[in-house]
Amino acid sequence: MLAWIYEKTFNTTSMWRQLSKVPGKKQIAAFKAILFLLCLIPLLRLVWLAINDDLSANPIEFIERSTGFWSLFILLATLSLSPIRLLTGRAWQLQFRRMLGLFMFFYACLHIASYVWLDYSFNWTDIVKDIIKHPYVLVGASAFILTFPLAITSSNFMIKLLRERWKQLHKMVYLIAILGVVHFLWLVKKDIREPLFYMAVLALLLGVRLYYKIQNSRSKR
Amino acid sequence: MIIQTKSDIAPSEITPKEVFDNRRKFLQQAGFGVLAGATGLLTSQVNAATSKLSPSPKTNGSLLKLPEFSKSKYGAGEKLTSYEDVTTYNNYYEFGTSKDEPAIHSKLFKPTPWTVSIEGQVKKNKTISIEDILKLAPLEERIYRMRCVEGWSMVIPWVGFPLAQLIKWAEPNANAKYVEFISLADSQQMPGTNLPILDWPYIEGLRMDEAMNPLTIMAVGLYGEALPNQNGAPMRLVVPWKYGFKGAKAIVKIRFTEKMPVTTWMKAGPAEYGFYANVNPQVDHPRWTQSSEKRIGAGLFAGRIKTQMFNGYTEQVGQMYAGMDLRKNF
Repeated sequence: MLAWIYEKTFNTTSMWRQLSKVPGKKQIAAFKAILFLLCLIPLLRLVWLAINDDLSANPIEFIERSTGFWSLFILLATLSLSPIRLLTGRAWQLQFRRMLGLFMFFYACLHIASYVWLDYSFNWTDIVKDIIKHPYVLVGASAFILTFPLAITSSNFMIKLLRERWKQLHKMVYLIAILGVVHFLWLVKKDIREPLFYMAVLALLLGVRLYYKIQNSRSKR
Repeated sequence: MIIQTKSDIAPSEITPKEVFDNRRKFLQQAGFGVLAGATGLLTSQVNAATSKLSPSPKTNGSLLKLPEFSKSKYGAGEKLTSYEDVTTYNNYYEFGTSKDEPAIHSKLFKPTPWTVSIEGQVKKNKTISIEDILKLAPLEERIYRMRCVEGWSMVIPWVGFPLAQLIKWAEPNANAKYVEFISLADSQQMPGTNLPILDWPYIEGLRMDEAMNPLTIMAVGLYGEALPNQNGAPMRLVVPWKYGFKGAKAIVKIRFTEKMPVTTWMKAGPAEYGFYANVNPQVDHPRWTQSSEKRIGAGLFAGRIKTQMFNGYTEQVGQMYAGMDLRKNF
């Protein structure tokens, strides 16, 4: 199968020339398969480290951090597909949005599961206290709750059913991303370089959208 | 005529001293184990010998030789956090802000020669070498719980001496109400100090009665060895009823003051970190719950344990805070 993927992906003289063309259906399928496997790496890594007892001295925190990070990372990757279209005029990469979005949801679920199960052993009184008392937990919990309607309505059937309302609903991803980055920023004790970096990336991705939106509305006038 | 012959041992093949020492130790202990096993009398000793092997491989070679020390009654019956975890999971921002960085970036740190200067409200300013500090008082092992403000805890077998002994030698005058501890901030040896993440050097402080409390120690070792660099070599403060950040590491200066010192974390987040920083399950931190904690090394499914008032040392320290509002004085 790997040979097939390689054949289909790299069989022209230049990989880049290939990328600049609009890929065919088979190539899109191959890209999707690669992307799917790539998105599983963070999970496989955690499993591997767990088997080898190599999840640091604080394995619970390690798993919480890792799954939270990858959820945010994949969310930012999802949000970068539209700006790529705006900047390059290429649109075929938009076909990966659903898969990436669902992987973001998948890692968010693992993140919450590790918090509720490993960290708090399903002690709901303590969990509720933690959410109410600590702003960063509240922000994170809100972001997670907001991902549910998006994940549930991700099928073609729901898209057809909801039509315009589906578009409206899925704009919530921007709010989720902002909450996610704020969650990261507020949980860090002092060295905020990393969350600030992701905040800048998000600002850039939203900025590109905003710029084109303003341009568009001007040209229409 | 001199005939030069090349050494047939490449420099890279020469075993570093630590590895060599470890191997010797291993062979000695393994030999002992085999002997004991062969006689069939002391099989448990085999396990004891192998478990003793854990200290060493990752130790950042301290040049300090630790004198003899005695055991103490503290912490009997507590399950120790492994040497590996104690020495690879550290908050020591001078060597980097992630937990694994101190062990990596402190490898070349030189804890000797080392002098500590005594100043402020004292009879007279003076300095003392780490070697002379070790002669001030007999060393003892103290097994203490350590509770980090971030909600995790360890049990660590420190080797040290009561801070009171050093204070006696320092001869503070009647105006000395507080003690301030100033850590080294050497940008050459400590890469983290090049970043303005905290206001360097790291400053901590104690009220005089807290400093004189028999529980408060200056640690110079752990697990029976000289203190590893990542744990604050050559000498650090250990105040077991307070959050871990009170334990200033690599102390170079001790200043006696009349006014309450402003510590590094008080400056960094006045709403989050107070001067006292006593472990208190009733007073929550804006970021972390303080009513429970995760014990390092307990495993993935162990859950949390309840945090105790004054980290379980109320009997020894509670009376110092009688009548104080611990919500205000957090």
